[in-house]
Amino acid sequence: MAKQSVLIPLCAFAILVGVLGLGFTLSDHNDLPAQRVDESMPSFSLPSLWQPESQITAAALDGEAALINVWATWCPSCIAEHAELARIHSEEGVRIVGVNYNDDPEAARAFLRKWGDPYAFHIVDAEGTLAVDLGVYGAPETFVIDSRGVIRYRHVGVVTERVFEEKLKPLLVQFQEAS
Amino acid sequence: MRVLKLLGLLVLLTVPVGQVIPAIEAQAFPNDGVKARYYDLIAEFRCPQCLNTNLAGSDAMIAQDLRKTILRLLIEGKTDAEIETYLYDRYGDFILYEPRLTPRTWLLWLGPLGLGILGLWIWLSLGWKRKRSDGNTLSEDEQRRVQRLLEGS
Repeated sequence: MAKQSVLIPLCAFAILVGVLGLGFTLSDHNDLPAQRVDESMPSFSLPSLWQPESQITAAALDGEAALINVWATWCPSCIAEHAELARIHSEEGVRIVGVNYNDDPEAARAFLRKWGDPYAFHIVDAEGTLAVDLGVYGAPETFVIDSRGVIRYRHVGVVTERVFEEKLKPLLVQFQEAS
Repeated sequence: MRVLKLLGLLVLLTVPVGQVIPAIEAQAFPNDGVKARYYDLIAEFRCPQCLNTNLAGSDAMIAQDLRKTILRLLIEGKTDAEIETYLYDRYGDFILYEPRLTPRTWLLWLGPLGLGILGLWIWLSLGWKRKRSDGNTLSEDEQRRVQRLLEGS
């Protein structure tokens, strides 16, 4: 009987350590729920950055697996990842579509003229409507879409070479072949 | 002179420095009903970017966009429940301060109840054990032995 009562606090302690240990190691504040994964791109009709008079719709995204990159010139991390996106486009031949989020289109064009434009085209999301439909938390965010325009993955934060090699590239290869 | 300086210092101390004032946007409300519901709703949802601020208190770009979105939906005549579903479809449990009951959140909702039941069970079983051991637990042989030892000393 005495032995059993010694076990109770010991078990309680072990459970506490287990729960707290899980809580502290599993919780990653950047691992936000990706509500839109495995759904089609939301429908939209927004102007193009380079041809403001023409509208781009979701149909323009079909045909090839691609990265959708939400960026803006007010976002320092977006500027930081620009060089890596350029490398991904030129060395890996990946199609990258920009969503220019809540930005001044003139500033965006000036930035791209100065530093180069690795994007296939840019969707101007001046009111953030497409960003809200995508469930964007903040720029930069990068989505992998397959050739039928279905969202397959979301990356929050800067795309580095490591992120591309470990996460984005395998998915792009997989969804290029699957469709 | 010194009194004046002190007074001046006191006056300075009462001036609010760096007071936190949430962004006040010039929103055009069609009527007071929409305005009241708008302020209720933006207080009710969590800003997705800033971990623990509601939409009303955040300056984040996405919070501004979501405030605009909520106003647009209100003007379109959506109910509060429809607006919640709209945001939930895009941002999931994260945007709600009271997450919905789904398999992912079972532990969160039912955990306290489970802990309560466990505590009650431990408490009851300890009480029951104590009551049981209150009675005479020595067998007749043991009783006789106790008697013998007491008399023998």
